[in-house]
Amino acid sequence: MAHIATFTRSTPDTAARVWVDDNGEVTWGDVATVVNPWDEYSLEETIVQAKSCGGDSTVIAIGGAINDDALKHSIAMGLQNALRIDEPGADMHDSLVWSALAAGAIRKLDDVDLIIFGKESVDVATDQHTFQLARRLGWTMLSYVAAIIDIDFEARAITVEKTLEQGKQTVAARLPAVISVMKGINDPRYPNFLGIRKAAKARIPVWSADDLGLTLPRPATAVLRYMNPPARDVSTEIVHGENVDAKAESLVARLLEEKVL
Amino acid sequence: MSVFVWIETFSGQVVPGSWEALSAARILAKGDDLDVVALLFGTDDHAIIEDSHQRGAATCLVCSDETLLDYRLETYSTLLGELVKSRRPRAVVSAATNRGRELLASAAGDTESGLLSDVIDLRVEEGMIIGARAAYAGKVLMEMTANTNTAFVTVRGRAFPAAPRDDQRQGTIERVAPAPSSDAMPTEVLDFKSESGTISLADAAIIVSGGRGMASNPAEAPENLDGEEATIWKAKHGFANTLSPLAEILGAAIGASRAAVDAGYIPYEHQVGQTGKVVTPDLYIACGISGAIQHQAGMRNSKIIVAINKDADAPIFKLARYGIVGDLYEIVPALTAALNKQLR
Ligand SMILES: Cc1cc2nc3c(=O)[nH]c(=O)nc-3n(C[C@H](O)[C@H](O)[C@H](O)COP(=O)(O)OP(=O)(O)OC[C@H]3O[C@@H](n4cnc5c(N)ncnc54)[C@H](O)[C@@H]3O)c2cc1C
Ligand SMILES: Nc1ncnc2c1ncn2[C@@H]1O[C@H](COP(=O)(O)O)[C@@H](O)[C@H]1O
Repeated sequence: MAHIATFTRSTPDTAARVWVDDNGEVTWGDVATVVNPWDEYSLEETIVQAKSCGGDSTVIAIGGAINDDALKHSIAMGLQNALRIDEPGADMHDSLVWSALAAGAIRKLDDVDLIIFGKESVDVATDQHTFQLARRLGWTMLSYVAAIIDIDFEARAITVEKTLEQGKQTVAARLPAVISVMKGINDPRYPNFLGIRKAAKARIPVWSADDLGLTLPRPATAVLRYMNPPARDVSTEIVHGENVDAKAESLVARLLEEKVL
Repeated sequence: MSVFVWIETFSGQVVPGSWEALSAARILAKGDDLDVVALLFGTDDHAIIEDSHQRGAATCLVCSDETLLDYRLETYSTLLGELVKSRRPRAVVSAATNRGRELLASAAGDTESGLLSDVIDLRVEEGMIIGARAAYAGKVLMEMTANTNTAFVTVRGRAFPAAPRDDQRQGTIERVAPAPSSDAMPTEVLDFKSESGTISLADAAIIVSGGRGMASNPAEAPENLDGEEATIWKAKHGFANTLSPLAEILGAAIGASRAAVDAGYIPYEHQVGQTGKVVTPDLYIACGISGAIQHQAGMRNSKIIVAINKDADAPIFKLARYGIVGDLYEIVPALTAALNKQLR
């Protein structure tokens, strides 16, 4: 039976004010977190693909209990199993540490054929977790997928449409594979009442590096500091004029002065 | 030691971000007095080699083996990883394009190196490479470093100027063999549909964007359409016949809000914002866009923002340098006409 895994995490609500506090830490006050918005598409795709092949689906978060919200949202949407990997001493910001834990989890699950990611984390957008997990596992990587055209778990084959800056590419590859999906691949569902009840009752197992039999690599990156961006200094000028044409001409004159034309 | 920069090509052309990456590589090389080495995979084009030299690469490492003619992540990242292991460059830089992102992340993983992604500023301090980047949709800035022998760096489009040419500059060429590959080709490209004629949002100096307001087009929809279909027709017609002429005379790319994309007025590729593209043009003209926080996340750092909106209280005006309050379907054609007079 096919088994599809997906990864997700909790991120602050995109409407939240986020700032760096006096201790130099990033905070968003007591605003609730949401499932990483890019992952709504990967979660939906995992549910749809698992259903269509009669397979199993597992959602995994790596990090602290804050991620349980994203996992519960995933279960409420329809993911079958959820799992959290936590290693309190480890530097979860570092993608090499992260990918070691993620690969450990996939190996322990043992029967995963396909991993579906969202495009990126909406908050930190490190843009590397997906690729480094694929390399660690030695699996095929298909990034920025706009459509899954075909999956044949028996023949171990997958065909997708990938997004490039220059257009769309149809690519065939072998399973097991790691893919990342774009917005537009599907219309993510909202959790229904039954799903929400199931999620509320779910107990999410937590595995440590020890449980995965791992010695973690040394982190390769370090965050030196977080900063509040300088305030954007804009004074808005509403362009007036007798009629539309006069307004348009006076705007053009100003843009020429600004040397942006 | 050296600083590598991957010169990305597509259909034989260098992608614009690569010359920006080269200029970022020069910042790192200058800090430690190193050579910039341009990596050219799958091309042997003399003009590109010369261009790379003139823009500041001391050496071009060329691997034009036929297995590299088409970009494939597996072959490219294996070769890059091997080159990094054998030559131990101080840094590897590329543009943060889709391919640049995946190639550098993969090779950084293979070589257990740190990657600073999508940086907007770079400096070298006491031998440490420090990259600044935006997080939380630009609400926070962060500075990072890699504590490995080689630091991998991808640079955000338009954050660094393209490295200028100096036709006095010359350099050396070194040819390298491809990395030994397993015979099984894990991926096979079956088809490619190009989106030609469109200017890429990430590279555009000017962007004209439309939002939900595009639906209020006074043009009459064909009679056989009603309700939602008629609205979509009007908005599409507006993008094609009102916004496009403005974009054309400005040489601008077309952007959109998520509301316009989700309503089916324009494809997702055009979406600007937190779940679309992050852009930093010199001029961003927002037409019929309210300026929600998630849209701002994608365009707030544009140099000059112009807002055209009929609601004087729309949040977009707080961000804009210039605003015109009124109906975009009157203002945009007038603006196009005024530009026609001035620029032609
Ligand atoms: C997780 C998440 C991610 C999101 N990501 C993005 C994103 O990436 N990009 C994005 O854009 N949004 C994003 N959004 C959506 C965002 O919150 C807003 O809903 C969206 O930006 C609104 O688009 P809009 O300004 O076109 O529409 P509206 O807010 O409806 O504004 C339309 C504007 O057009 C004006 N107007 C109408 N007719 C005319 C006319 N004839 N002439 C002039 N003005 C006119 C109106 O006055 C109004 O201000 C996201 C939301 C969430 C929750
Ligand atoms: N700690 C984490 N746990 C689970 N998934 C993650 C974690 N960090 C990133 N991801 C996922 O990896 C993908 C790419 O994220 P990133 O590399 O951070 O831009 C997204 O689908 C994220 O949800």
